Amino acid sequence: MKVDLTVNGKDVTADVEDRMLLVHFLRDEANLTATNVGCDTTSCGACTVLLDGESVKSCTVLAAQASGHEVTTLEGLARDGEMHPVQRAFHNEHGLQCGFCTPGMVMAIVSLLKENPHPTEDQVRQGLEGNLCRCTGYHNIVRAALAAADEEKVTA
Amino acid sequence: MIPVAFTYKRAGSVSEALELAAEHGDDAKFLAGGHSLLPLMKLRLAAPEVIIDLSGLRDLSYVTDQGSYVAIGALTRHHDVEHSDLLRREVPLLAHTAGQVGDPQIRHRGTIGGSIAHADPASDLPATLLTLDATLVAQGSDGTREIPVGEFFQGLFETSLEPDELLTEIRVPKPASAGAWSFQKFTQRAIDWAIVGCAVQDSRVGLVNMGGTPLRAATVEAALSDGAAPADAAAHAAEGTSAADDIRATRAYREHLARVLVSRALTEARSRV
Repeated sequence: MKVDLTVNGKDVTADVEDRMLLVHFLRDEANLTATNVGCDTTSCGACTVLLDGESVKSCTVLAAQASGHEVTTLEGLARDGEMHPVQRAFHNEHGLQCGFCTPGMVMAIVSLLKENPHPTEDQVRQGLEGNLCRCTGYHNIVRAALAAADEEKVTA
Repeated sequence: MIPVAFTYKRAGSVSEALELAAEHGDDAKFLAGGHSLLPLMKLRLAAPEVIIDLSGLRDLSYVTDQGSYVAIGALTRHHDVEHSDLLRREVPLLAHTAGQVGDPQIRHRGTIGGSIAHADPASDLPATLLTLDATLVAQGSDGTREIPVGEFFQGLFETSLEPDELLTEIRVPKPASAGAWSFQKFTQRAIDWAIVGCAVQDSRVGLVNMGGTPLRAATVEAALSDGAAPADAAAHAAEGTSAADDIRATRAYREHLARVLVSRALTEARSRV
């Protein structure tokens, strides 16, 4: 079937199998490979992207369901060569170790801060319950989220 | 993991969804948020030939005040139930419980109607709506009918919905004392299903994952109406249940958890008012 998505502001159209998952569409059709497949069972959050501005796990959305909608991946966050405040906060706070969970963590935090621009540490930890870090490097990820919240103009 | 091949149809209206369901019968499944069905399809535990996507039915996403009850469209997402000011005020148990389902990403997709129609006894919302004495509205080719929630859950993943019926609305009576609620959920990890859960509203008690369907703890409720203290009433929590023995917990452990969680929930509900 033909699906037509807006990915990071660009129109991406492809003829795909009805059963294609959004994460495979992003990686194999849109050639955007920041979004990782981790557990593939809606648990780990490594495949988190924004669908119409809200975090979703793209391993559990069909490309067909997303057709006609807007998707933002990690590649779509930077503006004019400037990192997004959440990306910058991950850099400054050393919010990553092996880096595998990082794209999903960043997207989950962008969505979290959009809904709650000034979260408490507990709200950040609760808000990241759907993202697993296999290095268990959670402390600096939470610090990065709080540091990004302190920056003004956090936008998706 | 990739599901078995199927044909995807997107319904533009309730009537179109019902026509597609009538046309494809048992070969078809409705898809709402997809966060119960798609994982089963990826594990190949479900293999429908036709998927009828309901996500275009935006008019089934609402929370409205109907006087004695709150009406919730079946396609209202957990996120929207959680953040509804009306529900937070009138049925805080439901708003809170919706916020305990899965994680934020799951709550951005999953719907209240999808969770109920999926009828997983380990899910939080079926037992909560049972506790709240909700009424479910289903639409079929012959019109709509109201189903008391107590008659809805028939068995593991089985409901009284006909194959060509669509759950369209959940009606939740406003509780006598909205503040007298508690929801307890015991999990191994943050996003897991409950090993055992418990919902309390006033003197009604519901159990998550203590049998093939969500259950009301009838003996506990009877003890409460006889004036038993919470801890004494909670001692009956495992009576009439048929909890599973599985990799997460033995039946005996689940029965113990039910007694502990019901006691905590009754105590918390009373402390709130």
